[in-house]
Amino acid sequence: MPLLENGRLAEDRFVVVADDAPLPSDAPALIAFARLQREAEALAGRNAALGIQVASATAPEDIAPFLDRVALVVVEFPKFRDGRGFSIGRALRERYGYTGEIRAVGHVLPDQHAFLLRCGFTAVAVPDGADLAPWAAALGRFRVAYQAGMDAATPVSLLRRRMALSRALG
Amino acid sequence: MDIIESHIALPAAARTRARIYQYDEYDREFLRERVGEFRAQVERRLAGALTEDEFKPLRLMNGLYLQLHAYMLRCAVPYGVLSSRQLRQLAHIARTYDRGFGHFTTRQNLQFNWIKLEQAPDVLATLAEADLHSIQTSGNCIRNVTTDEFAGAAADEVVDPRVYAEILRQWSTLHPEFSYLPRKFKIAITGAPNDRAAIQVHDIGLVARRGPSGETGFEVWAGGGLGRVPLIGTKLRDWLDEPDFLSYMEAILRVYNALGGRENIHKARVKILLRDVGAARFIEMVEQEFATLPRGKFRLEPEVIAAIRAHFAPPPFETLPHAEATLARQVAADAAFADWVAHNTHPHQRPGYISAVISLKPIGGIPGDATAEQMDAVADLADRYSFDEIRVTHVQNLVLPHVRQDELFDLWRALDALGLATPNIGTVTDIIACPGLDYCSLANARAIPVAQMLSERFADLQRQYEIGPISINISGCINACGHHHVGAIGILGVDKKGEEYYQITLGGSAGNDAAIGEIVGPSVPYEGVVGVVETLIRTYLARREPGETFLAAYRRLGMAPFKEALHAAA
Repeated sequence: MPLLENGRLAEDRFVVVADDAPLPSDAPALIAFARLQREAEALAGRNAALGIQVASATAPEDIAPFLDRVALVVVEFPKFRDGRGFSIGRALRERYGYTGEIRAVGHVLPDQHAFLLRCGFTAVAVPDGADLAPWAAALGRFRVAYQAGMDAATPVSLLRRRMALSRALG
Repeated sequence: MDIIESHIALPAAARTRARIYQYDEYDREFLRERVGEFRAQVERRLAGALTEDEFKPLRLMNGLYLQLHAYMLRCAVPYGVLSSRQLRQLAHIARTYDRGFGHFTTRQNLQFNWIKLEQAPDVLATLAEADLHSIQTSGNCIRNVTTDEFAGAAADEVVDPRVYAEILRQWSTLHPEFSYLPRKFKIAITGAPNDRAAIQVHDIGLVARRGPSGETGFEVWAGGGLGRVPLIGTKLRDWLDEPDFLSYMEAILRVYNALGGRENIHKARVKILLRDVGAARFIEMVEQEFATLPRGKFRLEPEVIAAIRAHFAPPPFETLPHAEATLARQVAADAAFADWVAHNTHPHQRPGYISAVISLKPIGGIPGDATAEQMDAVADLADRYSFDEIRVTHVQNLVLPHVRQDELFDLWRALDALGLATPNIGTVTDIIACPGLDYCSLANARAIPVAQMLSERFADLQRQYEIGPISINISGCINACGHHHVGAIGILGVDKKGEEYYQITLGGSAGNDAAIGEIVGPSVPYEGVVGVVETLIRTYLARREPGETFLAAYRRLGMAPFKEALHAAA
C-alpha cells in the first residue's frame, strides 16, 4: 500500500512481522500492540526501530507506557466513520508528548487527510492503485483553521488571529 | 495552511445594522473553499470514485439529506440569528432552486425540501454569497449551536449567549478530531435564568452566568436528549471559568469520541454513555481529561472574547421616553392589537423597545413554513423596524428582536396585512411539527396534517386564550424532531401494521422544569387524534384551579383523571 507521508509518497521502511514470526534484529519491525504488551520483557533489549499497530478501540493511556520504545504507532481505521483514531493521535501527541511517527491504516477517505495531519498523524496508507490527486487536493483545500490542532503549519487559530489583529490595531 | 498575517482583512464596512457575526475575508475564503470541496465530492460521487456509503456522511455534513421525494438541504441559521440580507438570500434560493418556500425547524435552521443534487453546490455557493452555509447541519458531528431567540434583547438576560455560541460555531467548524463522532452532537446555550433554549435536553447544555465579581462563567450540563431514549441532562459543573470554556468542551467531546457506542446507532448518543457509566464516573472521566489537556492552548483569551463580542454590540438604540405610554394607549384602543401584544411580544432590556414574535402558525397552516414572498416581506419589516435583524425560534416562529414600542402598532398593521399577525404564540395552536411522512424517509406517520387538524379545531381565539399557555409537539417518528417528549401534550407517530397511529404523552417540558412526557393510554389512529386532544383539554379546563396552566394542572392531578376521561370517551 502506498504511504503518504505529510502528503508525499514515501518508502515504508517498516517490515510487518506476523505474531508468531521472529523479529528481524537489524530492520525496523511493525508488530501488533498486543504482542509488545505480551513480550515486553523479551523485546526490551531490541535496538532496531519498533512499530506497533493499535486498534481504534485502544485507550491511549494503555499505549503510553510503551511510547519511549516505539518509533511508529499505526492506528487502524476499521471504517472511515469510526473517528476514534483521531483522538488517539491527538492524545499521543498532546498528552504524552510522543514525537515518533503516527500512521493511519484501513478505511480512510481523502476528505479526512487534513484532519489526520491536524490530529498529529504523520502518514496515511492509501489503497493500492488509488488516485492520489484527491489526497493531495485535500491538503491544499483549506488555508485557515478555526481551532487549535497539532500541526505546526497552523500556529494559531482564527479566533487567535483576530486577537492578534485587534492588538495590532491597538 | 500557511498563514500570512498581512492577508487579514478587517470585517467589511458594516452593510447591515444587524448584529450578526460579520464575516471577514478569511471567513469568506473558507466558505468558498468549502463549496469547492463539496463540488469536487459531488463530482467524485458521480464518477464513481466515492461509494454512496462514503458520500453520504460527506453530503450530510453539508446539510444534504435524501428524503422521500427529493434531496432536502438544511441551511444553518447560526444560533437563530439572521440579517435581512440573509433572509432575502434564503428567499432567493427558495424561488430559484426550490418551490418557493422553506421550512423553519426546531434547530433554528431553514430546510429546503426540493433540491436537486447537481444543483446543491450552486445552492451552497449562493448561500456563501450572503455569509451563510449548511456546514454540519447534519452528520455525526457537532451541529449548529442553538440559543435563546431573544438573546441580546431579553429583559431577563444576564450574559449574551450569542458571543459564546459564535465561539462554539467557529471552534466546532471542521473540527479535525470531532467530525466523525459516534452520533450527532447538539449544544445549546442560554444566558438568561429562564431557559428558552431547552438546554436540559441537549448533548451539552450551557447556562452562561455571572460570578460574585461580575465575571462570566458557565453551568455545564450533558447527556440530555430526545429521540428513542429521552433523557434529561445531568449537571456536570455548577461553574466553569470563562477561559476554560473550550478546554472543557474538548474534554467532554474527547471522552465521548473515545467511549461513545459505535455498534448500535440507537445507543450512540452521549446520553447513553453517561447513563451507562453513571453520572459520577462520566464526570470523573471528563474532569480527568480536562485536567490533562494543555489548557493554555485552548484558553479563551479576554481579547478573543472581546473581539467576538464587538460583533454583537447593541444596535444604535435611541432614548425613548414616551414609547411605553404610546403603546399602552394603542393597546387600549384596539382589541385585536391588544391580543397580539399580549401574546406575541417579549420584554426588552432597553426602555422603549420590545421584541415581536411573528407566528408561522396561521390557523390550518404548516408549522414553520414560510414562502419566499413572506421571507422578503419580513426582511423589509426587519429593515424598517428592527435594525435589519431577524431571529428564528426553536418553536418554528420568527422574531424581530428590537422594535420601538411606539412603532409596534405600525409593525402589527403591516404584519396583519401580510397574514403574519396570528396572535397565538404559546397557545394551543402554536404547534411544533416535524416534516413527517409528507417529506421524511424516516417517518412512520404524518405530522403536518395532524398539526393542521388541531389548529383548525382550536381556531377560535377566545377559546385558545381560555385554554392558556400549552405546548403541543408532534413528531412523525421516534427520532423526535418535533420534540414530542417535551410537549405538555406530545404526539408521536407510530406504525401499527402499516397504519398511522399516534401515541399521546402528557407533562413534558423543555424549560427550567424540563420533563419527559408520560404515555397516556393506547395509541390512536390518525382520525382519533383531534378527539383525544379535545378530551384532554376539556378535562384540564374542568379540573384546573384559577391561573393554573395545563402543565401545572397535570403535575398536580397526575395522569389518572386524563386517562379516565379518555377511557370514558373511547
